[in-house]
Amino acid sequence: MRSTNQDFSDPARSRWAAALIGIAIMAGVDEIIFHQVLGWHHFYDLSTPAVGLLSDGLLHSAELIALVAGFFMLLDLRRRNALAPAWAWAGFFVGMGGFQLFDGIVDHKVLRLHQIRYGVNLLPYDVVWNLAGLVLLFVGVVMLARARSTTAINMSAD
Amino acid sequence: MESHSYHVHSESESVFVALLVVAGLLILYLVAVTRQKRSGRHWNAWRTASFGMGTALLFVALSAPLANLSHHDLRAHMLQHLLIGMLAPLGLVFGAPLTLAFRTLPVQASRSITAILRNRLVRWLIHPVSAFVSNIGGMYLLYLTPLYALTLTNPYLHYFMHLHFLVAGCLFTWAIAGPDPAAGRPGIRTRLVVLFLSIAAHATLGKLMYIYLWPHGTPHEAEEILAAAQFMYYGGDFAELLLVIALFTIWYRRRGPHSAELQTEAVRLYQTPART
Repeated sequence: MRSTNQDFSDPARSRWAAALIGIAIMAGVDEIIFHQVLGWHHFYDLSTPAVGLLSDGLLHSAELIALVAGFFMLLDLRRRNALAPAWAWAGFFVGMGGFQLFDGIVDHKVLRLHQIRYGVNLLPYDVVWNLAGLVLLFVGVVMLARARSTTAINMSAD
Repeated sequence: MESHSYHVHSESESVFVALLVVAGLLILYLVAVTRQKRSGRHWNAWRTASFGMGTALLFVALSAPLANLSHHDLRAHMLQHLLIGMLAPLGLVFGAPLTLAFRTLPVQASRSITAILRNRLVRWLIHPVSAFVSNIGGMYLLYLTPLYALTLTNPYLHYFMHLHFLVAGCLFTWAIAGPDPAAGRPGIRTRLVVLFLSIAAHATLGKLMYIYLWPHGTPHEAEEILAAAQFMYYGGDFAELLLVIALFTIWYRRRGPHSAELQTEAVRLYQTPART
């Protein structure tokens, strides 16, 4: 059973597919929880420069496509019996953490699209936001390392 | 109220004509499907359901309650715009009306349609990039210029706006992921890039309207414009998500083990006249 899985499995593609889903899920959490449910994030705030507006549109589009692309890539991997779950989970966490950090640093601070919350001292929010991203990213990297060592053991066992 | 009565009357007449045309399209489609079935050929019921859904959405968008409301309320207009320009085209295009026409019409008529579609100008028009420009470009022109305010007073401009929404929406949907064949259609990667830019441009337009309170020169309240802009942003997401799924479904099928078998009959039918 294990050897047949090894013959077909595609770690790189599994990682990528799940990373795309991780990115899109985190973007979805941002949109649903922080924009809609809590109402902390604003649709737009006055400090956004024009270039931020355009890049926001491109990013939004990329998130939408990443969600669909990730799911279809996973479906395709499963159909070809090429899904490597350990790599996929690692990719998923790297995607989530990577996006959270990107959102926290580039979107909120560099492009100033919007802030996490308004009318409060932002520092603790920013710290927690980016720390959460770091933790997710760290979990993903650890999982990557474990997937790599497991694959190496399986390879040497053959 | 009295002063508006003539306007409302002529408006309801033109709406009636539009609804008749929509009903006529649906009847034509159903007649063609029935003829397919009678001659013992298969026609996917989902295609029929999709086309029926497209016409139903057009009916909702054009019927009196929403059409009248959209004169006064930008949110209703935006809902109408989403229905006519984005959701109804999805239904209509995925009903594969061209494939059905090819199958149903006499060979001579099918060949003339093919000849038209192979015309260089038409090929250029139905290219994803030009479809994108006429679709999204039309929206930028409408909402970020005084054009929208003009459509409120000039009835012909108003009809043209709706017709343009529908035609450009159908063209774009067809060019990106339509099941009907299109000559000179580029590969999936190019179409994905165009769709990516289209979603970004649509979202950016929503934000621009939100920030600068476009369209200007209308009687709409600021709050109404803010709500309409968000309608556009999130409603557009929904329609575009469906289109992305449609495009990736094509990708998924092509990668499948039996992709050669899954080549649609439409493609074969389309290529036959050229070879003979």
